[in-house]
Amino acid sequence: MNIRLVKDKAIGTGMLTLAILAISLVFLIGIGLYLRAQPILDKHSIWELISSSAWRPMKGEFGFYPFIMGTLWVTGIAIIIALPLCLLTAIYLVEYAPVRLKGIFLPIVNMLAGIPPVIYGVWGVFFIVPIVQQYVAPHFVEFSTGFTVLSGGVVLAVMIFPLLVSIVTEVLATVPKELKEASLSLGATKWETIKKVMLKKARPGIFAATVLAISRAFGETIAVLMVCGNVPIAPRSVFDPGYPLPALLANNFGEMMSIPLYDAALMFSALALFIIILLFNMVSRLILNKLEVRNA
Amino acid sequence: MRRRKLEEMFFKALMVLSTLAVSACLFLIIGTIVVKGVPYLNWDMISKIPDGGYYFGRSGGMLNAIVGSLYIAGGATIIGLLISIPVSIYLNVYLKKSNAFGKLAKLSFDVLFGVPSIVYGAFAFSLMVYLGVRASLLGGIIAVTLLIIPIMVRTLDEVVTTVPKELKEAVLALGATRWETAKVYIRQIRPGILTAILLAFGRGVGDVAAVMFTAGFSDHIPVSLNEPAATLPLAVFFQLSSPIPEVQGRAYASALILTIFILIIVVLTTILTKKRN
Repeated sequence: MNIRLVKDKAIGTGMLTLAILAISLVFLIGIGLYLRAQPILDKHSIWELISSSAWRPMKGEFGFYPFIMGTLWVTGIAIIIALPLCLLTAIYLVEYAPVRLKGIFLPIVNMLAGIPPVIYGVWGVFFIVPIVQQYVAPHFVEFSTGFTVLSGGVVLAVMIFPLLVSIVTEVLATVPKELKEASLSLGATKWETIKKVMLKKARPGIFAATVLAISRAFGETIAVLMVCGNVPIAPRSVFDPGYPLPALLANNFGEMMSIPLYDAALMFSALALFIIILLFNMVSRLILNKLEVRNA
Repeated sequence: MRRRKLEEMFFKALMVLSTLAVSACLFLIIGTIVVKGVPYLNWDMISKIPDGGYYFGRSGGMLNAIVGSLYIAGGATIIGLLISIPVSIYLNVYLKKSNAFGKLAKLSFDVLFGVPSIVYGAFAFSLMVYLGVRASLLGGIIAVTLLIIPIMVRTLDEVVTTVPKELKEAVLALGATRWETAKVYIRQIRPGILTAILLAFGRGVGDVAAVMFTAGFSDHIPVSLNEPAATLPLAVFFQLSSPIPEVQGRAYASALILTIFILIIVVLTTILTKKRN
């Protein structure tokens, strides 16, 4: 009898240790990146780093402004494209689609989540970039290679489709049935019920889903790197190339060792990404968890 | 009245169009890769390692990258399982659901799930520099393990919650210790473990950013953990940036191999998940 309890306790302690280790990964990553970024933070203020647009690592000038703007442009375009499409899709799947269609479309959308980033990149280079170059850009600007923030945004939009659709469908499903029925029985049409009751009720969840999608888009590396041109100048239109932070990291990691502070500068960009994404994820997860509990 | 109906019809049409557009992307992507990749696909791609001038268009294949990807994703999946099964069992069997530590853990794994793979790559690289490990198979496995632990824990967590609470209570009421209860649980969630393996493995095979500077790249199949290893996605990426058309074509063929591989995994996962529900 006793040996069973000892075994139970021992295994429990072992598992607890593993759990603590795994959870502390959040802090380990933060601290680790901070320590590696410290040299540059000692020399320049954060404000200076993020507001300067001079990127000359050889001369010790590290201005992240172009990269931050590149990230914002690409992410902004992706959200503008993806959000309305995904909202409409989710509403259709939850409210209108027959069960059989839902059973077909939802797995198809989810499959998009399994496709590796590099495949999105290849698709972007072969499909999106030429379309932007030949059919879209010529209507607006004189010349474009197609490797633009617009292409990056389109590819990213497709990459965040599954995340947005799946979370918004879940959120819409948590809206209490009684509420819908009340609205319908007062003579509202289905669409009016959706517009005025469901969407209002689901607003925090949709907000959380959007924030999560933004953070996903922020961190996407390879696909964006392959299609958006990588010129370290802040874009001024959707047809300008951009150079998002993750792409900067990926492109320069190998060769940074010999230049002073370069390594710390790149680690600073990793740290910045990490912190932003951490905050975004925490906010949206807290909202989503609360919704789940309230409706459980 | 007419206006209200018209508005509903308009939005309904918009919704159907959106759904079709979103779903069509999957076929558009796969179609593009197939159309571009098939002409360049041949048996050499899968069965040979690159010859000396492979990246200048001479003969050889991508076997080194295929095997490298399998090694890295496989190693990471095994280590990931050894960590995430105990963690999820602990959180669900040993702890009460409302426990503060349990809540913190759930939030942490949710947050870790959202951390981009490039950040895992950068962190793992720093860790490797600190430990004196060079870019190698081992480094790649470390980075990908970090990346897939949150995926596995979250998947397992979902599966564990589908085990009826009464089962836990019944087993405990019979006088079993929590560990003995856990063993019953592990038996219950076996299909879920398989789903977690597939998901994590698929992610591991497909990821580039985490292995970019942790695994290195080589033309040979690694025979020890200290040797650098090529991966399929990175091979796609490198070949595509080549100016030589023949090499670019091979990038598409490699992408096709990767896509087929991932699709098999995704379809298996979908079937498994459906079965469970």
